[in-house]
Amino acid sequence: MGMDMNKDELIALYRQMLLIRIFEDKSAEMYAKAKIGGFLHLYNGQEAIAVGALSALRPDDDLVTHYRDHGYALARGLNANAVMAELFGREGGTTGGRGGSMHLADVDKHFWGGYAIVGGHLPLAVGLAYANVHHKTDRIVMCVMGDGSTNIGTFHAALNWAQLWKLPVIFLVENNMYAMGTAINVHSAVIEIYKKASAHDMYAERVDGKDVLAVHEVVCRLAERARGGEGPALLEAVTYRYRGHSMADSDVQRSKSEIAEQKMRDPIPTFAENVLLKRNLLTQADMDRIQKEIEAEVEAAVQFADASPEPALNTLYENIYAHPVANMQSGGSLIGPATLYSGNGKHG
Amino acid sequence: MAEITYREALKRALREELAHDPDVVVWGEDIVAYGGGGAYGVTAGLSKEFPGRIRDTPIAEEAIVGVGIGAAMGGCRPVVELMTINFALVAWDQIVNHAAKQHHMFNGKIKVPMVMRSPAGFGRTAATHSQNFDAWLSSIPGLKVVEPATPYDAKGLLKSAIRDDDPVFFIEHLQLYGTRGEVPDEEYFIPLGVSERKREGKHLTVVTWGRMLVETMKAAKTLSDEGVELDVIDLRTLRPMDLSLAIESVKKTNHAIVVEEGWRSIGLGAEIVASLQEQAFNYLDAPIARVAGLEVPMPYAKNLERATLPFADDVVMAVRAMLANKY
Repeated sequence: MGMDMNKDELIALYRQMLLIRIFEDKSAEMYAKAKIGGFLHLYNGQEAIAVGALSALRPDDDLVTHYRDHGYALARGLNANAVMAELFGREGGTTGGRGGSMHLADVDKHFWGGYAIVGGHLPLAVGLAYANVHHKTDRIVMCVMGDGSTNIGTFHAALNWAQLWKLPVIFLVENNMYAMGTAINVHSAVIEIYKKASAHDMYAERVDGKDVLAVHEVVCRLAERARGGEGPALLEAVTYRYRGHSMADSDVQRSKSEIAEQKMRDPIPTFAENVLLKRNLLTQADMDRIQKEIEAEVEAAVQFADASPEPALNTLYENIYAHPVANMQSGGSLIGPATLYSGNGKHG
Repeated sequence: MAEITYREALKRALREELAHDPDVVVWGEDIVAYGGGGAYGVTAGLSKEFPGRIRDTPIAEEAIVGVGIGAAMGGCRPVVELMTINFALVAWDQIVNHAAKQHHMFNGKIKVPMVMRSPAGFGRTAATHSQNFDAWLSSIPGLKVVEPATPYDAKGLLKSAIRDDDPVFFIEHLQLYGTRGEVPDEEYFIPLGVSERKREGKHLTVVTWGRMLVETMKAAKTLSDEGVELDVIDLRTLRPMDLSLAIESVKKTNHAIVVEEGWRSIGLGAEIVASLQEQAFNYLDAPIARVAGLEVPMPYAKNLERATLPFADDVVMAVRAMLANKY
């Protein structure tokens, strides 16, 4: 597996996984320093899935994800500066501080966003796939979710519709064994998630989500299949997240020994040892240098985010509508742009 | 000018927009084959004229709206039909958390040019099938809400809604589908967010929309025979709401009643009354009154259903009561 990838491509996989890991650790640090607010869902441990999957897609294939989206944003090539600035809620962020951690996006890169209502984005992915077919493009859609989303109504409604209309969607389920803190055997009657696709007559596979090349290989096949008009597929990638559900999660429900055991087979050093070092693609010195380069890149992202201004108050009413019409704010309201412009707070 | 039904006016709007733009698609439950085109016949025959673009969907409203949102993000202009507005509740997350949020939350980079058509109203269908959520829907930033009362407005507003780049919830009314009115053969548009004076009068302002416009116009005829002339303002669009005509009217008549079909508490009438008193308080000779539906889950029995809903008689009585001291 991965034999079709050249040296540079294999090293790129390593760099991306490491970038995500270091970026997430830095995000946790920034959260502790209150530079980041609200929810922060980190991707540590699951890096091989985003990196393996996106390396198998074309850059113009559409991507829709859940809220644990930092890894996908970075793997799709979004600038770490803009991603960190978004976490900080700054003007220089990916959505100018409107969306935050859970709603990273870059439509120019066909990343249509992270979504934070569990399962809510699945129908959107099906609709994007319809638009691709309607416009006679051969772009496909990847829709990423967690195991916890496979119990909600939209999961089944979206799978049924995609299969019914033979739309080019890959539903990628990251099975990290927990829906927030609820273990899979407690939240799902079917613990081998890929089997749920059979209820909708959909092709499905299961892959080791800690093996970046295995993920890459299977997504290559599923993408070719979808692009060729053979319809959607579901891929279950079995993985484990090292941190709690979010930074607000004390993570008391998982045992320390379970987490430690999972870390024994970490996707990043495993790939480095079994592929990069074994095939003499990199030396330990190279790897140390890459580590330092990425640490510097992430540190620069923090500097960029910190220097980026807060969004201007007078932009608050922008983009509520694409096509504003007269009388947009209802008459007589005391809360209006005029009072915001004056900087006097809500009640002018 | 030919008189056609509200139902036919909607169909003509769909036909014209399907012909105008190949990205317009129409999806819904039972809109192709069943009964010749939809539970209420609006799409009858269109699937033959536009093969592949009028499609039946599963009974899964969260997917009908959600797949529509995705298609709209991808450059289509879906018109999705929710068989009744009561079923919009199944799609509530998609309407509120997705359709209405996309443009702002993604900083203007994503657009959702989608229309959700759905009839509100009643007809001996009991509590879960006799509602109108216009107040809920109209409270959501990011959404536009339209509720036409006449065939002419229905056609012109639906065409504008389909060409609009924002998600529009287009509320139709079961009791209006069969009503008739003049609709020109020539193409025309009615802009969203613009109210209209449907009747000129000097004694009292009625602000209303949807089916209650029809009832108000009946009441106006009765009252005119008594020498009372209503100034009737039809809002037509509920979000964004244009109260400019209503305010101007109140300054002239010094009396106002808001007439709505939905539940009174926390209803649109409450919002309209608040706005009118904020902007025309010194012109009012009496507290603004509301005529609204009674706050009960709709019963099935014919007499109870009738008692729950406002009709022309209720408007007549409210007007008489307000003007009692004056005439």
